[in-house]
Amino acid sequence: MSIDYSQKIPNNVGLAENKTLQRALEHWQPEFINWWQDMGPDDSQSFDVYLRTAVSVDPGGWAHFDYVKMPDYRWGIFLNPAEEGRKINFGAHKGEAAWQEVPGEYRSNLRRLIVTQGDTEPASVEQQRHLGLTCPSLYDMRNLFQVNVEEGRHLWAMVYLLHAYFGRDGREEAEALLERRSGDADNPRILGAFNERTPDWLSFFMFTYFTDRDGKYQLCSLAESGFDPLARTCKFMLTEEAHHMFVGETGVGRVIQRTCEIMKQHQIDDPAKVRAHGVIDLPTIQRYLNFHFSVTMDLFGADVSSNAATFYNTGLKGRYEETKHDDDHQLKDASYPILEVANGQVITAQAPYLNALNERLRDDYIRDAVSGIERWNKIIQKQGIPFVLKAPHKAFNRKIGPLSASKISPTGQVLSEAEWTHHHLDWLPSAEDRAFVSSLMGRIAEPGQFANWIAPPARGINNQTVDFEYVRFN
Amino acid sequence: MTIMRQHLIDPEICIRCNTCEETCPVGAISHDSRNYVVDANKCKFCYNCISPCPTGAIDNWRQVQAGEPYPLAEQLLWDTLPAQAVLDESQKVGAGDAATPLPDDVEQIAAASTSGQGGIAPPPWSAAHPYVNLYSVQKPAVATVSGNFRLTAENASSDIRHIVLDFGKASFPVLEGQTIGILAPGLDASGKPHHVRLYSVASPRDGERPHYNNLSLTIKRVTADHTDAPVRGVASNFLCDLKKGDKVQVVGPYGTSFLMPNHPGSNLLMICTGTGSAPMRAMTERRRRRPVPKEDGLLMLFFGARTPAELPYFGPLTRLPREFIDINLAFSRVPEQPKQYVQDLIRNRAEDVTRLLRDENTYIYLCGLKGMESGVDAAFSDICCRHGLTWKTLQADLLQQGRYHVETY
Repeated sequence: MSIDYSQKIPNNVGLAENKTLQRALEHWQPEFINWWQDMGPDDSQSFDVYLRTAVSVDPGGWAHFDYVKMPDYRWGIFLNPAEEGRKINFGAHKGEAAWQEVPGEYRSNLRRLIVTQGDTEPASVEQQRHLGLTCPSLYDMRNLFQVNVEEGRHLWAMVYLLHAYFGRDGREEAEALLERRSGDADNPRILGAFNERTPDWLSFFMFTYFTDRDGKYQLCSLAESGFDPLARTCKFMLTEEAHHMFVGETGVGRVIQRTCEIMKQHQIDDPAKVRAHGVIDLPTIQRYLNFHFSVTMDLFGADVSSNAATFYNTGLKGRYEETKHDDDHQLKDASYPILEVANGQVITAQAPYLNALNERLRDDYIRDAVSGIERWNKIIQKQGIPFVLKAPHKAFNRKIGPLSASKISPTGQVLSEAEWTHHHLDWLPSAEDRAFVSSLMGRIAEPGQFANWIAPPARGINNQTVDFEYVRFN
Repeated sequence: MTIMRQHLIDPEICIRCNTCEETCPVGAISHDSRNYVVDANKCKFCYNCISPCPTGAIDNWRQVQAGEPYPLAEQLLWDTLPAQAVLDESQKVGAGDAATPLPDDVEQIAAASTSGQGGIAPPPWSAAHPYVNLYSVQKPAVATVSGNFRLTAENASSDIRHIVLDFGKASFPVLEGQTIGILAPGLDASGKPHHVRLYSVASPRDGERPHYNNLSLTIKRVTADHTDAPVRGVASNFLCDLKKGDKVQVVGPYGTSFLMPNHPGSNLLMICTGTGSAPMRAMTERRRRRPVPKEDGLLMLFFGARTPAELPYFGPLTRLPREFIDINLAFSRVPEQPKQYVQDLIRNRAEDVTRLLRDENTYIYLCGLKGMESGVDAAFSDICCRHGLTWKTLQADLLQQGRYHVETY
């Protein structure tokens, strides 16, 4: 499964044999590059960045490291190898051979799924485009750019599917993916979280931890799809996605580590005193966590959703680790607990499982996200500091679905409007919190040097040392 | 009781992304809600999981008593990796497979010298099975010097020697491309024994003198460091000064990857400088000595030195028939002649090199000073580019198929 790099568009899908598709994608390619130059990382296109590029999709080849200028990164189309005799594993078509072409009756739903996933990829590049200017180290700058070029490649992955399987409307959707802009009032990105700003590096780390993890869960469910090209595309994207969550988990972990070191060194716990030492106090980190956790909760969609039922039943989108579930994989008569507000309380109600699939995926996600928060807590414990980070209740600060009609505290108490107004800044970052975090940001660009508010990583990238020159300025 | 290497995942660094579990071809990696763990009874040391890991948590190893690896149930409870337990070093002796731990010195040198190939390469599929690590620092083999000859001309600036070691009754089987460790006697400035020094074997598997239990080394007397500052290399000077009948402590052998293919039609593309010629000489001799039917593949050699007088084995090499081996010598310091490096000759022979690169029976070996890596890499990129190949892609394939081996120092 080598990737053919002699082609204008590197690929392992035999693009050279399909001239029509090749021409269509070669037409889209300069538009993508234009978008990258306009909306990609700011003022850094000439840097040599120590990046990982896939040279084949098997374990030996997909982590090849070298210095690359970002606009020269070989964005391409890589699918995991086909699985002989793969079947559809769930829904009404369970047991049938996986589709190699789009089934006509599911065409518009499938397109919608692909466009929604695809839209998040350029969106996050846009959200993060100014962060290179304030990176806390060359190591972090490199990690940011790695995330960015891979989000760009994920866009390619989705655009390939649109071009290859959806004809003219696929091509139009592919163009629209380059036209929407994160946060644009007239032509925003599709999902809310992707129109939020990523103004500072704490936000970036939280985003890659929480929001990219949503990406992981969405990709895992799409990797179960009965539409085989989508499944194979998503499988390979997952290997790249792991790096993004690594950046998030270790990034937040290093911020916590540094704060705890300062707290211990000076024997302080008052947030104002902690801030005076130029590090981010733990309560502020908790508020950022609450914000990013809750915004990501909304990305899973409405708690009860007929779309989710349709996507599953028609074999387009499965559950996380679908084949590991010990049930009939049809879920016709099964139920699943969801949350509702009744009599001033959050209560658990049963919903038909098929309609509650968003909630199911949200719960899988929460388990995973919470275990990472526990690992952060271990860093705090290790320094002997009595503070515990907590994931907020999943109904907290929701903006979509029935729960958005109520104001709910991080511990799951239903609040009055007045109580919410009074307390919400205890739970969510205030303008002042954000201003403080912003005040710490400033570019550190000497190999081995790190901003005061963040600890160096435990080890470098690809076994290089921490003081390796991960980015060379030209 | 022997010691084995156990593959472990660092729970403090691991982000539980599942990439390793997804990648492992034998299902050795599993997880619960807390940790990802490796089953020592299933892990085959294929290293497929190493490069895809985004954190490096996967790249952890502990030496444990064979038969007593950390069980899964224990690993699942860890918050941190246990420290390396103190084991009896004298037990670091095994029949030699990937599970046998290497001495730390050797591990470090091996990692640095193969870093240029860009990843871990398996041996060629038709390689003979190597024995490794039969003798440890605590229990070295003792060899007797049966010859020590200067290879470079008396007026040459470098003193390179051909040293033959006889193992007498000790079992010390080696293959072409393997290395052995030499323990120089005495203590270093801080009063500790000198580190192990590794040297490639220059003779084929049946001995420097066929059917005798001996092997040869190609040793350059080190009188300056990489920056040309004067320094006296401890082990190389010890070796170069040896006289016939002297005793030497030897550890090893080492090396499970830089080995030659043995199947009919397999070609060797060998690129070396200076004493990097040792493994090339071993492989060439192996092919030369084989009675009919031989493997009959093509042998192509690119060999660089400052001048002909400094090129080890210059005389014997030039007497080998052209139909047996295609030799290309590059000299960088011949008066009144332009400097020429191995990469220049590779470019000159682009057509023939490309033909070999396209042949799936070709195995490439690079050995010599670190400085040659980038030049050779650029030359391969160029000629590939001119002939419709992509070196990066090809290199990754070659590496994965055990057809690209680099040892530089």
